[in-house]
Order: sequence, then structure tokens, then C-alpha cells
Amino acid sequence: MAEKEALFSQKNRRLVFDPLNDDNPITVQVLGICSALAITVQLKPAIVMALGVMFVVVASNVIVSLIRNMIPSRIRIIVQLVIVAGLVILVDLILKAYLYDVSKELSVFVGLIITNCIIMGRLEAFALANGPWKSFLDGVGNAGGYAIILIVVAFFRELLGSGKLFGYEVLGHKGKTLMESTGLYHYGYENNGFMLLPPMALIALGILIWLQRSKNRKLIEA
Amino acid sequence: MNKNSNAYTFIFAIVLVVLVATILAFASEGTKEKRAANIKLEKMQNILSTIGLDLSREESGKVYKDYVKQELAIKEDGSVDTAVKAFNINLKNEIKKPISEQRFPLYIVEKEGKKMYVVPLYGAGLWDAIWGYLSIKDDKNTIFGASFDHKGETPGLGAEINQSWFEDQFKGKQIMEGSKFVSVKVIKGGAPQGDTHGVDAISGGTLTSNGVTNMLQERLQRYLAYFKNN
Repeated sequence: MAEKEALFSQKNRRLVFDPLNDDNPITVQVLGICSALAITVQLKPAIVMALGVMFVVVASNVIVSLIRNMIPSRIRIIVQLVIVAGLVILVDLILKAYLYDVSKELSVFVGLIITNCIIMGRLEAFALANGPWKSFLDGVGNAGGYAIILIVVAFFRELLGSGKLFGYEVLGHKGKTLMESTGLYHYGYENNGFMLLPPMALIALGILIWLQRSKNRKLIEA
Repeated sequence: MNKNSNAYTFIFAIVLVVLVATILAFASEGTKEKRAANIKLEKMQNILSTIGLDLSREESGKVYKDYVKQELAIKEDGSVDTAVKAFNINLKNEIKKPISEQRFPLYIVEKEGKKMYVVPLYGAGLWDAIWGYLSIKDDKNTIFGASFDHKGETPGLGAEINQSWFEDQFKGKQIMEGSKFVSVKVIKGGAPQGDTHGVDAISGGTLTSNGVTNMLQERLQRYLAYFKNN
């Protein structure tokens, strides 16, 4: 290498910021959809899930990048899987021991991080061919892009579906009758229960993709 | 060494797997006690919460013995099996045994001089297991409190069974009609007013609600023989 690249050179910064919008793993690459649909009913689990994925993507990216020259290419997928699975089990054990309430909140979804396509996708597409620091940034960026979509979808689904944010009743309290209700419910507002069902997650995500594509010139196809 | 040779591939795979397995084994052993303690404390917390004590896990562990006077393992015929430690019964595994071999855990609790029975519940929801605890007053009929939880019910729908609005409905409901066991049912569309054996179901969570009904019916009947004799 002729010149040492700065830690936060423009190229490196793009690794973090591109996946947030232009190259978002969910809305543009359409990876990791399954978990984005499953756990976006409420904000809190969505955020914890995003943090869990962030840890696994970043750690596995760095580990695979460090040993990328040693991995026999014929079994590279299995090697990646073992590393990802090991990390996820580690996260699960640590949550169960030290953050028991959070681990209960996420229940089965922790284990399902293993199957998140973003993780294997980044390992295959990036970590196998780049150094640890770049892979680290790439992991942060892609997990960040995943997190943003998760949080936006969860925000609308929890707000419109159950009238709450983080479990707090932000639109007022719904009583048995109009007179007993406060806030919006007093005027006859009803929660849209449909928002809580999986099809609405897909539709919400579709609307997001549509909005992003109509705003972001880079994504407009000729 | 040739990276594409079979020998290298084998050695790499073995080294990697052994390494990962070792790390996980250490992590599992290292957190074992802490994880077991969490589960035990949570069980204590759940039992105490059905008798109206809202405590943290740590506090629950401290005061558990002050409230829970007896832990009984009940046999099918209503007699007590003294050889089994009731607190250690894992309902999830117990429920798979034939009825005659099952032992039904019952906690006898005393709060402010009043005797109460706490019955652990375990059953199937829509997606996965649901469980909970029910406290019954000294008359062996009136429900004092209930707490439910679930493994993976739909958030916002079936998952609402662990919310207080659902659990609180069970207070004051009765499991017996005269001397006949009728349990408490979760009724879709809402229980009629004054129904002592029904509570409102969760809209959109019908299958989980049915799961709660079945769980109560299935588990509570096991204790009738004991309640009758004591």
C-alpha cells in the first residue's frame, strides 16, 4: 500500500452513510425483510433487535475480515455461518444472564438473527474482500440502515395500531365509552387494528420504498 | 500449505469448530448460575405478583419465604407427594407425562393473615407456549389475581395477555358453579356483564384467548380433588 488511508476518509465515510439511504439493505437491497416485518409492531423490541443485529453484523464482519485470507473458499459459507451462529448464541447467553428483561422481550427473535440475510450478505459481499476497519464501518452502516427502517415502520405501526409509543398512550386513553375516553378517543377516534397484522408491515414498507424512490434521484430507474 | 487442498480445508474446519465450541462452552458455563438465578427469581416474582405484590425480581427473592408457606406436589387423586419438591417441577416437561405420573405444583400463600392458593398454568397459545399463575382465595373458588405470559404470541394482539388490563379482569371471577367446576372462559366479543365465569377476549387475538380458556380448564381441574379433600 503506497499511502495510508485516513481513518475517516471520504471513501470510508461512504461505507457508513450509503447504506442509510442510497444503498439501504432493506428498502434498496431488499434483504432482512422477514425480521423487519415480524418485529415492527412495537418500538421497543424493534430497537433492541436493531442493536442485536448491529452487534452481530459488526462483530462477524470484523472476524471474517481478519481471517479472510485463511478461509478455504470451498467452505466459506459454512465458516461464516458458524461464526454468525456462535456470535448470536453468545448474545443470547449474555442477554439471559445480564439483561434478562430485554431477552424476554426479544424471545425467539434473538435466535433468528442468524437467518438475517443482511449478515450473510455483508460477509459475502464485503468482509471477504476488505480489511477489518472497512468491514467494521460497513457493518455499522448496514446495521444502521436496517435500524432506521425498523424504527420508522415500528413507529407508525405502534402509533396507528395501538395508539402508543414505547407503550405510552400518546393519543389519549380509550375508555369503555366516549365519555370515559380522553384525547383523540374522546372524539371517536379508533385504533386501526389492521396496522398490527403482518400485511400492514409489508404495505408500510412498500410505502417507505415508494417515498424513498420518489425523493432519491439516484434510485430513479430510467 | 495449499489453501485449496482437502487437508487444509479439514484442518481449518476442525480448528474453527473446536474454537467456537470452546468459547460458547465457557460462555454457557460462566453465565449458567446467573441465568438459573434469573429464572428462579422470575418464578418467585410471578407467584407473588398474583397475590397483588408488585416487586422487582431481587425483592421477590428476599420476601418469597415470608409469603409462601407451603409448596406442594399434588397427585392425580389429590394426595400430596412429599418426595417431590414442588418448586422444581417444570410444568413444560411435566405436562407431557401421563396424568397419573404428573405432579401438580400448588403454592399455599399467606398474605395479611389470609390463606391463598397459587396454581401455575401452562398451555398452548397461537404460536407457542403460554403460561401463568392464578391465585385463588381460601374459599377455593374466587380468583384473587392472575398473571400470564407467553413465548411468542403476536405483539399487540395475543401478546396482550401479559398486560394488566387483561389480567385484572380475572379478579373476583369464580371457577365453581355450586359444586360443579366450570372454570373461567375468555369470551370473544366480550363477556356479558355480571358473568362470574367469563372475561373479555382480546380483539384480534382470538386463538390466543382460546388458548387461555383451554389452559385454565385443563390445569385447574387437576386440583379439584385436592381442594375437595382439604
